Amino acid sequence: MSSYLLRGVRLLGNDPVDLHLANGVIAEISEPSKKLRVTGAKTIEGDGLIALPGLVDLHTHLREPGREDAETIETGTRAAALGGYTAVHAMANTDPVADTAGVVEQVWRLGKEAGFCDVFPIGAVTVGLGGERLAELGAMADSAARVRIFSDDGKCVSDPILMRRALEYIKSFGGVIAQHAQEPRLTEGAQMNEGEVSAVLGLRGWPAVAEEAIIARDVLLAEHVGSKLHICHVSTAGSAEILRWAKSRGIDVTAEVTPHHLLLTDEMARSYNPLYKVNPPLRTLKDVQALRAALVDGVIDAVATDHAPHPIEDKDCEWQAAAFGMLGLQNALSVVQQTMVDTQLLTWAQVAMRMSTTPARIGQIGNHGRPLSPGEPANITLYDPSVKQVVTEAHIVSKSRNTPYLGMTLPGAVIATFLRGNPTVLAGKLTR
Amino acid sequence: MHRHLLSAADLSLEDTLLILDTAEEMSRVADAPVRKLPTLRGRTVVNLFFEDSTRTRISFEAAAKRLSADVINFSAKGSSVSKGESLKDTALTLEAMGADAVVIRHSASGAPHRLAHAGWLHGSVLNAGDGTHEHPTQALLDAFTMRRHLRKGKGDLAGVQVAIVGDVLHSRVARSNVILLATLGASVTLVAPATLLPVGVDKWPCSISYDLDSVIGKVDVVMALRVQLERMSAAYFPSAREYSRRFGLESTRLARLREGAIVMHPGPMNRGLEISAEAADGLRSVIVEQVANGVSVRMAVLYLLLGGAQLADIEYKTLVEA
Repeated sequence: MSSYLLRGVRLLGNDPVDLHLANGVIAEISEPSKKLRVTGAKTIEGDGLIALPGLVDLHTHLREPGREDAETIETGTRAAALGGYTAVHAMANTDPVADTAGVVEQVWRLGKEAGFCDVFPIGAVTVGLGGERLAELGAMADSAARVRIFSDDGKCVSDPILMRRALEYIKSFGGVIAQHAQEPRLTEGAQMNEGEVSAVLGLRGWPAVAEEAIIARDVLLAEHVGSKLHICHVSTAGSAEILRWAKSRGIDVTAEVTPHHLLLTDEMARSYNPLYKVNPPLRTLKDVQALRAALVDGVIDAVATDHAPHPIEDKDCEWQAAAFGMLGLQNALSVVQQTMVDTQLLTWAQVAMRMSTTPARIGQIGNHGRPLSPGEPANITLYDPSVKQVVTEAHIVSKSRNTPYLGMTLPGAVIATFLRGNPTVLAGKLTR
Repeated sequence: MHRHLLSAADLSLEDTLLILDTAEEMSRVADAPVRKLPTLRGRTVVNLFFEDSTRTRISFEAAAKRLSADVINFSAKGSSVSKGESLKDTALTLEAMGADAVVIRHSASGAPHRLAHAGWLHGSVLNAGDGTHEHPTQALLDAFTMRRHLRKGKGDLAGVQVAIVGDVLHSRVARSNVILLATLGASVTLVAPATLLPVGVDKWPCSISYDLDSVIGKVDVVMALRVQLERMSAAYFPSAREYSRRFGLESTRLARLREGAIVMHPGPMNRGLEISAEAADGLRSVIVEQVANGVSVRMAVLYLLLGGAQLADIEYKTLVEA
């Protein structure tokens, strides 16, 4: 196994140090003045690059098995590595659904074979995402994939009794239910955020209350049965308020926000361009500001991409016919820099907490999101915040092209990603 | 003027007055012994109808033919569209056939916008009604009709009071009318149960009322919108009878209209639901005129969109002289 010497990198944005990675771990950290010398190590001139613990995504759609035309585990994890991720959680809404030990083990194994980042499968809560019967949660938990997060994402576990039972059942193996909060009756045929813009565009509205009502119900259920709840892609100011209240009561709830909900608003829908069609929908500026504030004060714990690849034909059409979802892995860190760091809302240490440490804790994946100190696994992202890049299709390594950031200038670039000491990305390019 | 007409918001006051004045000229063609102008000879206009609407299609067809354009009617039923061909492929086909203008009716809001801006084709796109978004030529013909009755066919509609009554939530006619009438200086009141008004309507340039009786005596125009009975099962209102009692245009309410006030309806009507037979066929009704004016207005729009800057001056003169 090769060893690497990273010279002059700034751990979590602090003063430059030299970092020696060997045997899959951080072997040594030393002051640049000591001129650390290691024989046989490949040297990378860090030159002020920021070193973060390898990013961890709680919410990735890798589409395999079933929709390999949109993404595969290999292409999705390549995009993840380029985005600075060393671990992703693969959502269960594949075809077949990841609702048995067999499917989650298949996803887990394909992730290991691809090798660009670790893949942790999320198991479905209900059989076939049908919302009627519990899937074999225990079997998935006990499988080689060691599933701890369960979610019907894409669909809400809307039946309150089923949600209660799921929350209770996972207590025996310390799992967590990740809820896609969307009251189905309030959102039938919904196309975009319900408000001023939907009224003008004549697109059916997806009201904030449809998300908030489910979150309110579920934090109360989690409190009642004493279980762990995670809320996927929080999108409204009202949801943040409910979560703030729940946390102040000591309810065991965590929450994530997507990069796109931190940056974009429903004004984008005025173009009728389905690249901006996503579920939950882009909301208003007031919501964006509230989500940023909630991410700062910890009411929202983590940034998760909800990376959702779709083939061209599902987006190159009229809005109503288009699929919901947008790519996220490759640009997540840049969007977080633009919305949270360049605005002085978060330090790099706080970004590391929200994009690596906390997601790893929620997903209960031991070797990720660790401190950058000697003896810890060498899962590291080197990031250059000083550059600016226009997002073009040529940059995309995902199998799909549906990025909402096309044509935008975003700050920063991932220069290198190390997974257990092995580079998956060097000089901003995949190593293989 | 823009190259496309997708929304009433695309039209400035100047554009709107130009269209209405041109439509007045066009309406004279309808009265002439030979109802045809050579203006769009050699141009191809495609009527692309993904939704059934015989009346609107015929109106556009008549308008294009009176301007001597070649007209191709493409209706989704029995065509490749019903076999799953996408809007994009249909657009590419029309582009290959060299359509100068595409008149599109579609059930999806924003479909005309995509047709105009997705880079699929180069001709002008005319929105003939998209989902619950807009129907700008309907608003133009409504404004044209109001102007004839209330302003002698000239100028804007400053000071005119208009009530639009009914299912605003699902109405593309209401959206286009609110925008265009605001451009023309009229005051609009939307009258509907709150279930049939969109969230966000408070930001529109109009006022809102839940009570038709408090509005009807103060307006110069009352326009009833079509109410679809299936809305009842979705709990937008309890019953046809209750809707009719609270929001129907019938003789008692009609009697309270101002002198000279007119009754309008974009059609097709549910007689006995949003409008009674007396109201629809009475002396104040201009509903049949609306249909006739539709052809003149659409001629004006096609002429101005397709005529282009160079043609416009020369041919407009010929037209006026004719």
